[in-house]
Amino acid sequence: MRAPDAVAAGDTLLAVDNVSLRFGGVKAISDVSFDIRKGEIRAIIGPNGAGKTSMLNCINGFYHPQEGRITFKGETRRRMRPYVAASQGIARTFQNVALFKGMSTLDNIMAGRTLKMNRGFFWQLLRYGPAMAEEIAHRKVVEEIIDFLQIEHIRKVPVGKLPYGLQKRVELARALAMEPELLLLDEPMAGMNLEEKEDMCRFILDVNQQYGTTIALIEHDMGVVMDLSDRVVVLEYGRKIADGTPDEVKRDPRVIDAYLGVAH
Amino acid sequence: MFYRETGQFKTTYQADMAVFPIRQDRIGLAFILLVAFAVIPFVGSDFFISSVMIPFLVFSLAAIGLNILTGYTGLISLGTAAFMGVGAYSCYKLTTFFPGINIIVLILASGLVSAAIGVLFGLPSLRIKGFYLAVATLAAQFFLQWCFVRVPWLFNYNASGAIEVPQRLVFGVPVTGALATPETRYFVCLALVVVLTWFASNLVHGRIGRSWMAVRDMDIAAELMGIRLLNTKLLAFAVSSFYCGVAGAMMIFLWYGGGEAADVFSIRLSFNILFMVIIGGLGSLLGSFFGAAFLASLPTIMKFGLPAIGVPLSGATAEHVTFMLVGALIILFLIVEPHGLARLWQIGKQKLRTWPFPY
Repeated sequence: MRAPDAVAAGDTLLAVDNVSLRFGGVKAISDVSFDIRKGEIRAIIGPNGAGKTSMLNCINGFYHPQEGRITFKGETRRRMRPYVAASQGIARTFQNVALFKGMSTLDNIMAGRTLKMNRGFFWQLLRYGPAMAEEIAHRKVVEEIIDFLQIEHIRKVPVGKLPYGLQKRVELARALAMEPELLLLDEPMAGMNLEEKEDMCRFILDVNQQYGTTIALIEHDMGVVMDLSDRVVVLEYGRKIADGTPDEVKRDPRVIDAYLGVAH
Repeated sequence: MFYRETGQFKTTYQADMAVFPIRQDRIGLAFILLVAFAVIPFVGSDFFISSVMIPFLVFSLAAIGLNILTGYTGLISLGTAAFMGVGAYSCYKLTTFFPGINIIVLILASGLVSAAIGVLFGLPSLRIKGFYLAVATLAAQFFLQWCFVRVPWLFNYNASGAIEVPQRLVFGVPVTGALATPETRYFVCLALVVVLTWFASNLVHGRIGRSWMAVRDMDIAAELMGIRLLNTKLLAFAVSSFYCGVAGAMMIFLWYGGGEAADVFSIRLSFNILFMVIIGGLGSLLGSFFGAAFLASLPTIMKFGLPAIGVPLSGATAEHVTFMLVGALIILFLIVEPHGLARLWQIGKQKLRTWPFPY
């Protein structure tokens, strides 16, 4: 489904080098470096306020870090606009569901394909010929994603009326519609019950394996993180305190101290 | 009973994405168009056509324009009347410069002038939203209205300061000026409104409409998906102002037939159109028509209809009663259905589909 890319599996897809982000006097991120390899599931964990979401916002160009560099597919950047990040293949879901509430599920996912549609204004006025052909071609892709995530039954339902778990799934669908190379998931399982969590885990693994999408994941459920991810980076107060496979991270005394806690 | 989609299977995505996917809706639309084109001009009296139907069409177009901006893109504007005024005055200037060119082409061209002015005043929308944007568009309203009075070039330096609508022929038939019959003017208005509504419907159902609604519902998510906010908002301002401009040119050239235009395009008109959009239904083209019918035609119909059905009322009393009734109806509708008449219509259709069963 995705275009063939320059980066081979296992190579570094995204590298974050010494990134610092300040809001006035508040240091949200200080001097953090890590990398994400092509095809892996990379988890970012840490206590509340550790700078995880800020990190994602830097990666997709919404925040501009004061120091450091971010390299994506070999291209280094200091400042980037979200539009450029999106067209390079970075997609994103949000901690609080950020769907377009007044639109149907189908329209939400179709909106994810906006960047790939390029028929101009005058064809759009007619909604005929090339514009209609384009619309149908993208609808086909969207229907595949709808099948993949098993949300056929809510195609025409306004997303504002859907239960929370389904909204999260529609949001994932919308991100997938961008055919991303790097998918950033900000707490995809927050507030879900066990069954919904299991479904979501399965979808994330399927996306990773079937489409080969690289995934960066923020999540608080340690069971999920340790099971899903290939490597984990741990942040605390904007600093990186550990980085490695789930097993290494779990044993790291600083992580246990800061985050996981000790079993009594 | 007659409104069922049973047995209508869609086998292509194109059929599924049609604006009117249900056959009965298509028949209904064809019927309405037939009545509008072939029945009303021949059955309706001159008074009905020029005082009810033409204002209805003009306001519908203006309401569609504002709905694109406020209902679809979520940008509140109080400058609608000013953009309509830009359309009217630029149509006047254009027809003075190019008296030989078809007036309908000039009406559309004045929409383009209005679109350009709209983009200019839409520039602050990237930084400000909500009430603050409303205030910024209010500046457009006051500034442009000031121009209509104070820049004599706009009304060709004539002493009265009014637009004098010249006579213009289309295929040998007078369309504007004193000799144009109400039927001709109605036909021109109707044709413009039908074509432009069709364009608007195409826009809002496609990629552009989806980006507008995405910006309206969650601008941050839209931005991170690669929708460029400034371009999208400015396009909404341009299209919206184009519709308002055309409506304004139609208002002066095909309805009023000239006059002191600066007073017409006042803040009152802006508010009126905003009310039409809110009562008709934000984010619904059909709602724009409902709102225009409700706020523009109902007062006229009641004012002249009440005495006609034998209610003995003097002119002034009838006007007061009309004001009270329309006011009460607005409040009633907003309480019963805050999402406007369009939503009411949708609920009605849904009920009809399942009737006589509750679901």
